[in-house]
Amino acid sequence: MYRYDDIDRRILSQRVAQYRDQLQRHLAGELPVEEFRPLRLQNGLYMQRHAHMLRIAVPYGLLSATQLRRLAAIARRYDRGYGHFSTRQNLQLNWIDLPDTADILASLAEVEMHAIQTSGNCVRNITTDEFAGVATDEIADPRPLAEILRQWSTFHPEFAFLPRKFKIAISATREDRAATAFHDIGLYIVRSPAGDLGVRVLVGGGMGRTPIIGTVIRDFVPIAETLNYVEAILRVYNRYGRRDNLFKARIKILVKALGAAEFARQVDEEYAHVAGGEGAITEAEFARVAAFFAPPPYASVDAAGDRLDAAGDRAYARWIERNVRAHRVPGYRSVVLSLKKPGVAPGDCTSEQMELVADLSERYGFGELRVTHEQNLVLPDVPVARLRELWDEARGAGLATPNIGLLTDMITCPGGDFCSLANAKSIPISQSVTERFEDLDYLHDLGEINLNISGCMNSCGHHHVGHIGILGVDKDGSEWYQVSIGGADGSDAGGGRTAIGRVLGPSFSAPQVPDVIEDLIAVYVAQRRDGERFIDTAARIGLEPFKARVYARSRDGSDEAIREAA
Amino acid sequence: MNPQSAVHDTEYKRSDNAQAAHVAASGRASGGHVLAADGSWRADTWRIVREDDAEPVDGDIVPLARYVALAPAQRRRPIGAWIGPDQDPSALADFVDTLPIVAVDFPSFRDGRGYSIATLLRTRLRYAGPVRAIGDVLVDQLFSMKRVGISEFALRADQKPAVAESALRTFSEVYQRSVDQPVPLFRRRAVAEPR
Repeated sequence: MYRYDDIDRRILSQRVAQYRDQLQRHLAGELPVEEFRPLRLQNGLYMQRHAHMLRIAVPYGLLSATQLRRLAAIARRYDRGYGHFSTRQNLQLNWIDLPDTADILASLAEVEMHAIQTSGNCVRNITTDEFAGVATDEIADPRPLAEILRQWSTFHPEFAFLPRKFKIAISATREDRAATAFHDIGLYIVRSPAGDLGVRVLVGGGMGRTPIIGTVIRDFVPIAETLNYVEAILRVYNRYGRRDNLFKARIKILVKALGAAEFARQVDEEYAHVAGGEGAITEAEFARVAAFFAPPPYASVDAAGDRLDAAGDRAYARWIERNVRAHRVPGYRSVVLSLKKPGVAPGDCTSEQMELVADLSERYGFGELRVTHEQNLVLPDVPVARLRELWDEARGAGLATPNIGLLTDMITCPGGDFCSLANAKSIPISQSVTERFEDLDYLHDLGEINLNISGCMNSCGHHHVGHIGILGVDKDGSEWYQVSIGGADGSDAGGGRTAIGRVLGPSFSAPQVPDVIEDLIAVYVAQRRDGERFIDTAARIGLEPFKARVYARSRDGSDEAIREAA
Repeated sequence: MNPQSAVHDTEYKRSDNAQAAHVAASGRASGGHVLAADGSWRADTWRIVREDDAEPVDGDIVPLARYVALAPAQRRRPIGAWIGPDQDPSALADFVDTLPIVAVDFPSFRDGRGYSIATLLRTRLRYAGPVRAIGDVLVDQLFSMKRVGISEFALRADQKPAVAESALRTFSEVYQRSVDQPVPLFRRRAVAEPR
């Protein structure tokens, strides 16, 4: 992974000093709340319902064992001994005392970590495929470009006060595993017919209040020109994005208002001024950064060493089927450690678990791991011969739920239990659905279903792209849940579709939600054809059969359910 | 001009503090000083004129539209122009060789359009004279303002001079190119072997 040099270290320590001074001025009453807010946000610090939340950056989801141990230690010393992995592949600590924050950032800096630009109206953490560098369908490793973009965006003086937050994702594979089409900028690494690397550039995607699938505005930008082209996009957005209405300030609204063609024309006009020149990424820089992501020293194995035998052990076979992924090197697999199980908020991880995972990453790999935007962890380089041993250990720590990609592998935002933006709680909903679908045989039979839950329109839980999406809404001060189906984030689990889910109809009370999900599943099971996934059935038969079933039940029992909820 | 720029600012309306600072800065007798990008202080001899219709006198910095509408003879006098966040600096393209000063207005420190405007003034229009930040100019944004080519800062009245001076020295190195450093770090960084 990328390692800091003296310059990176100096910049980061100067950032910590800058923040420490700002914090001290704020605590001394010299820096008013309103003026301190964007400064703390750009250091990852939110004010939540009960305490401050610190969102620590995990650039493109890549962590070392050393870094994870430090996160565990920080969570233990400054928080309540656990953290929450988020859909931006970051780690959030929910119970932080403001006066501690400069010390926490200093501690992070010691392991080349920070919370820079994990919030605020600026370029946020850049996300990509959690299997980067080991995926079998990769065109080129996206991490060097992600790191170069990270450095470019870090403290960019022109783009620190954009109209609104700005998210960039990179996909470099046949399958889009980064929900790239739902970002302010999506970069698809491609090869030209001549074999040159470049990026296909999509803009204006996003979830939130106005979900939009982004539009490709340029099919091919030479990879060396990526920074210049992104700069042109950001300059147009910074100048002309709306600032009069928080809900209309994202770039997608500007792209929609102008039309993608006109937006592209303005970007191209700006780009013509900045193309080439000093901003072009040099081959030397690509080589320097790419060297940090060179393949680790894999052992070479014969065909026998790549053979995976799970015969006769159903539980193990299930885990292999769901949680183990192909690897480009024979004799290796990637393993997804599930952070989804009954009784735990999706994405939550205790300090003890973090320390164990750090150990596992060293003992079953090269001391590196990944955070997924689905809120799980990945050990990228596990020898096939040691999978069973790893399974035993992971099971012991509650990290081997064999549910990756299944209904209970839900994306869930922290919701009303923590977040002051939320209209409703998310975690109890995910809990009640998880409890309802505890039968693993049934779960496996249902196959791949993405169930995503957001506690409000900001869509941190990606409900718009859930095959089943649940959105918490506030009605007259009580919590209700709107259910949609048919969303898809572009991954193979949804057949490669990108789609925004369609709302079934009137929303449901919390106790009704597991019943509603059960109804949706019942319709699917009754209607599915051989091997058809939920999303395929939903696409084929449409909304109506689901609606009919769900609202029939709701009519029967809704009054009681409503009373119970109240 | 892009129609998108003609939005009405409500979210980013001028803060009360900024209003007060403007009042303070509007009279030359206030004895104001501006901080230069090199950390030195200079006596302020300019007056910001917010009204569109006033007849400018020497030493005034007038609204962009007012400046553009001046008679050529008036533009040879020491009169500057200030640019609001929704205005296009390219309107000054014909005057960059003679303009004695351009001010970039930050009605709210959260309104980041001024950074692009300053960048364009320097890189696109090649304006070489002083560029001054006016409005809600706070110490914690000075480093970025300096980077995009703003050369002097009319700080909001309540900002502490010593804090402002040290804010200009926050970082000794920067990653990306901008006006003050047109060569990105990756072109300056010695190619090192990964450890």
